[in-house]
Amino acid sequence: MLDGRGQVKRRAGLRLWLSAGWLGLLVIVAVFAPWIAPKDPLAQDLFLGRLPPFWVNGAEPGYLLGTDSLGRDVLSRIIFGARIALAVALVAGTVTCVIGAMLGLMAGFLRGWVDLVISRLIDIWMAFPPVLFSILLIAVLGPGLMSIIIAIVVIDWTRFARVVRAEAMAQGAMDYVASARVVGRGRVGTMWREILPNVLPTIVVLLTLEMGIAVIVEAILSFVNLSIATDDPTWGGMIAEGRTSVYQAWWVLVFPLVTLFLTVLAFSQLGEGLKDRFDPVLR
Amino acid sequence: MGLLRVLLLRLATTAVTLAGVAVIVFFVIRVVPGNPIAMMLPPGATDADIAQLTALYGLDKPIWQQFVIWLSGVLQGDFGTSITTRQPVLGLVLGRLPATLELSIMALVMAVVMGGLAALWGTKRRGTRVEGAIDVANGMALSVPDFLWGLVLILLFGVLVPVFHISGRVTPSLDLPFTTNFYLFESLLRLRFDLWADIVSHMFMPALALAIPLAAIIGQLLKQSLKETMHLDYVTLARTKGYGETHVILREALRNAVLPTLTLVGVQFTFLIGGTVIIERLFSYEGLGNMAIDAVINRDLPLIQGIVILFAVIFTGVNLVVDLLYAALNPRLRHA
Repeated sequence: MLDGRGQVKRRAGLRLWLSAGWLGLLVIVAVFAPWIAPKDPLAQDLFLGRLPPFWVNGAEPGYLLGTDSLGRDVLSRIIFGARIALAVALVAGTVTCVIGAMLGLMAGFLRGWVDLVISRLIDIWMAFPPVLFSILLIAVLGPGLMSIIIAIVVIDWTRFARVVRAEAMAQGAMDYVASARVVGRGRVGTMWREILPNVLPTIVVLLTLEMGIAVIVEAILSFVNLSIATDDPTWGGMIAEGRTSVYQAWWVLVFPLVTLFLTVLAFSQLGEGLKDRFDPVLR
Repeated sequence: MGLLRVLLLRLATTAVTLAGVAVIVFFVIRVVPGNPIAMMLPPGATDADIAQLTALYGLDKPIWQQFVIWLSGVLQGDFGTSITTRQPVLGLVLGRLPATLELSIMALVMAVVMGGLAALWGTKRRGTRVEGAIDVANGMALSVPDFLWGLVLILLFGVLVPVFHISGRVTPSLDLPFTTNFYLFESLLRLRFDLWADIVSHMFMPALALAIPLAAIIGQLLKQSLKETMHLDYVTLARTKGYGETHVILREALRNAVLPTLTLVGVQFTFLIGGTVIIERLFSYEGLGNMAIDAVINRDLPLIQGIVILFAVIFTGVNLVVDLLYAALNPRLRHA
């Protein structure tokens, strides 16, 4: 029994390190993209279209993972795509987190009409299919990185609000909160100083998961061609192109897909790992 | 008495939610840059033409009045006319609904079967490597969304080992004798198994992609509640009576463990339906979601409104049914 538990713990630690390692690598690649990428991600050369990856016959040296139908280097586009993916994850994730958690905290701790309004808004939001909602918002806002971030924030704040609200409610009923009030702390002060620190682990876990979701949303929007300028390298845009030529050039689909898959997996495993580490509530 | 109160309360909140959805859809779409009237007219239309059409659609009135006109139309089933196809929105949307419903239900069935089997097998072999393997598979399936599973399936069973169709709802060259758009059900009823096989072969991968994350959730939660139930006294009693492990799990524990999973499946089913939007696009499946994306790309406002509202009605409807089912099944709530 004890031995088994130790094994589980070690596996969980490994999971945490692998995910963090992959994401750290991505960050480095994204930051130093112009120095790491072997080619210009936008350079087209129709004579070099659909070159296979290096180990397949007909490959051209210098194009490690092959080229797409316009002769653009797949590896370089994946490397530059990491910039957009991580920027969206970081900015959209953080803003969503701050807004959603604030609303959830207020609803769960202040209760009353604040809770009534926020809970009803959450209900209404949950009645929208998220993918359709985001596509609709992009159509309204116009394509672009900023629009994607706004769309993610507008749609996903409920993820934080729901969980944080429930937890703030549970924390609010505990003795230490009553003691803080007795000592003379005001309602808002109690919320910031007592409730927030206790809900923070949950928020960090949700934030990690949200970053993975943001990466996927960006990919989905690029896939339906509503993300940013089509020329710019995004993983979703590459996947969309690869999907249309999957029988002629599988590598155009496979490599960005594997990258996206590992990134999403890493964010979610990191979140789950953190949950196991320090959050007894979500567990 | 208790059940009736739950019903009335839920109906009231559902009405509020749908009203909120209507307000948001209406106003979000009014913010769209670009004049929809200009897009409806052929190039070279005069100002008088534009003014006439604007008046026809009531777009010259103040926005709150437009909202009242639009809402009263919606309540009477008039969702307006699609700008791109010039056909009534309601007809277009209802024509595509069966395809999406069939896909969602097939995915739900697959998820329940896969998740249920994983939970039962994992419970039977609890504490062994089998359970560990099931946990890892569940974790993977949960971490990755349907969109990516769809792409992985396309590569595996569309390209690497081409066994299923990767696009469309049915082979276009086939002669379809159907009178409804429920192809899957109608082909069965008409005993056209050749057509049925073709339709299933088209639906299999999109449905599986939608089912994988839900199957993982079902597998995880059901296994957890089964394991808790296995420690209860009445299960031990059944075991001392000499029943085998499989019998105890299936006949005794499952009945008590299934309720929490059921509620969750309801909520998750709405997420699954939401997932059809992108999955239909991915597999070029002619359902509501694919139509929705085309409508957004073409700026077909009346059609977008109609589709979003239909989705919202389905979502809230599923949630309502689940809540009522839960109230009806849970004796604690029934007698409250």
